[in-house]
Amino acid sequence: MFLVDYLKDITGAIKSLLTGMRRTGYYFTHHKEIITQQYPDNRDTLKLPERFRGEVVMSHNESNEHRCTGCTACELACPNGTIKVVTKFDISPEGKKKKAVDKFIYHLELCTMCNLCIEACPTDAIRMAQSFEHSVYDRAELTKVLNKPGSKIEEGVE
Amino acid sequence: MIEELGTTEQGELVINIGPQHPATHGVLHLVVTLNGETIRKVEPHLGYIHRSIEKMCESLSYRQFIYTTSRMDYLSSHINNHACALCVENGIQVEIPERAQVIRVLMDELTRIASHLLWWGAMAMDVGAITPFFYAFREREMINDIMEETCGARLTMNYMVPGGVMMDIHPNFQRRVKELLLQFKHKLPEYHELVTDNVIFQSRTKGVGYLSADDAVSYGTSGPTARGSGVPCDIRKLYPYDVYSKLEFSECLAKEGDTFARYLVRMNELEQSIRIVEQLIDNIPEGDFQAKTKAVLKLPKGEFYQRVETARGEFGVYMISEGAMQPYRIKFRSPGFSNLSALDHMARGAKIGDLVAIMGSLDLVIPDIDR
Repeated sequence: MFLVDYLKDITGAIKSLLTGMRRTGYYFTHHKEIITQQYPDNRDTLKLPERFRGEVVMSHNESNEHRCTGCTACELACPNGTIKVVTKFDISPEGKKKKAVDKFIYHLELCTMCNLCIEACPTDAIRMAQSFEHSVYDRAELTKVLNKPGSKIEEGVE
Repeated sequence: MIEELGTTEQGELVINIGPQHPATHGVLHLVVTLNGETIRKVEPHLGYIHRSIEKMCESLSYRQFIYTTSRMDYLSSHINNHACALCVENGIQVEIPERAQVIRVLMDELTRIASHLLWWGAMAMDVGAITPFFYAFREREMINDIMEETCGARLTMNYMVPGGVMMDIHPNFQRRVKELLLQFKHKLPEYHELVTDNVIFQSRTKGVGYLSADDAVSYGTSGPTARGSGVPCDIRKLYPYDVYSKLEFSECLAKEGDTFARYLVRMNELEQSIRIVEQLIDNIPEGDFQAKTKAVLKLPKGEFYQRVETARGEFGVYMISEGAMQPYRIKFRSPGFSNLSALDHMARGAKIGDLVAIMGSLDLVIPDIDR
């Protein structure tokens, strides 16, 4: 009886090994099922979904205007102090003082891409960009000023 | 002299497994006392990835703290976020739109499938089979792509917010989930063929790491670990939240209490998750995806508790509010911590080679244990 059980075990093991090998052989001969992406060779054709959260950017239109009013709602919404909005006072032609953004400082090295600042923004001034290759040699390069030099607020955005 | 090194007075050998060892799923450090090949004692040492998330949450507002929970159990981040969102909603007494509830449950179940798939690959790898890992990741990748398209991130989504979900589902969502279901149903028999029916896998797992139903309760285990011992503990059934009470699904139970039983429970849960997704994917009601809430949330004075069923077991959020913008204290009940505490009991008397199989069946995620 011992010998019968022993041989049964061996044939059972070989059988289940062959079942597994059949599956492996199937994928070996059916190349259509290959799903690996050849990054970074496919960089030119790589398209990330539009909602992908890579980094925070500020949209500017053709005449170098943004929509940021400097209300600091994003700064308050950020859980880890990634955003610092430095404001100044613009003097309008009528002589009125108006709050405006001077520097929109964004620390990419602290950002966790939680999307809370985008949700908080009342004027849709900032959005998430799809870029994801953020590595640099100097850490200071990760601290960015998002409003472009010389840019001003778009007409009609309050 | 050589015998005295690393041995106890009884001649038992003490060895360290981890914290950086491929078999320990991350930075888990096990101090194992051996007598020959037999395990006498297993002592898990924790704290290598402790980030004091609970303390951190005390300085964050009720909207902000949710994102930290994605970093605890990163394989079921949606479900963790869900628990926190529900707990805050208990406090502010807001009615969640039906559409948001359905989207939440859909995301939860997709996360559960993704988490169990990763576990299945890792479990097979623990007992020596490498290829299943790649097959598991093939299907998991589809779920990650769906998450990326709708939520904007692949693992740390931060998609559930107090009042509903952050964004509406992507127009492609339903089509892609149906594609996933079609492929997954086609591939699931393949999984069973490769691993479940494999004789070597069965002889490595059957009768190994026995945990009785009484011990499962007394060690506080939950999720598939407890259900493998025949303890019904599915929070989705016992304390249903959102739309779970309206859904048809069964709680997967096994009586044997060994590693193979826990394996089967998880494999059956995959099928139940597919069943839930199938019921909901064509019936997402129209309406808002988020209820109107105040910009600054303030919870009334008191204590709030919410539990959900993650892929690993019962996850609880306990919150004390003093009426301020931030919580006074937050405590998370993570399933992995209690499940790990039963490891010593299960592994005693087993062989050292079985330890990895037992650990694999617990589905440990170390950031969840350490927080």
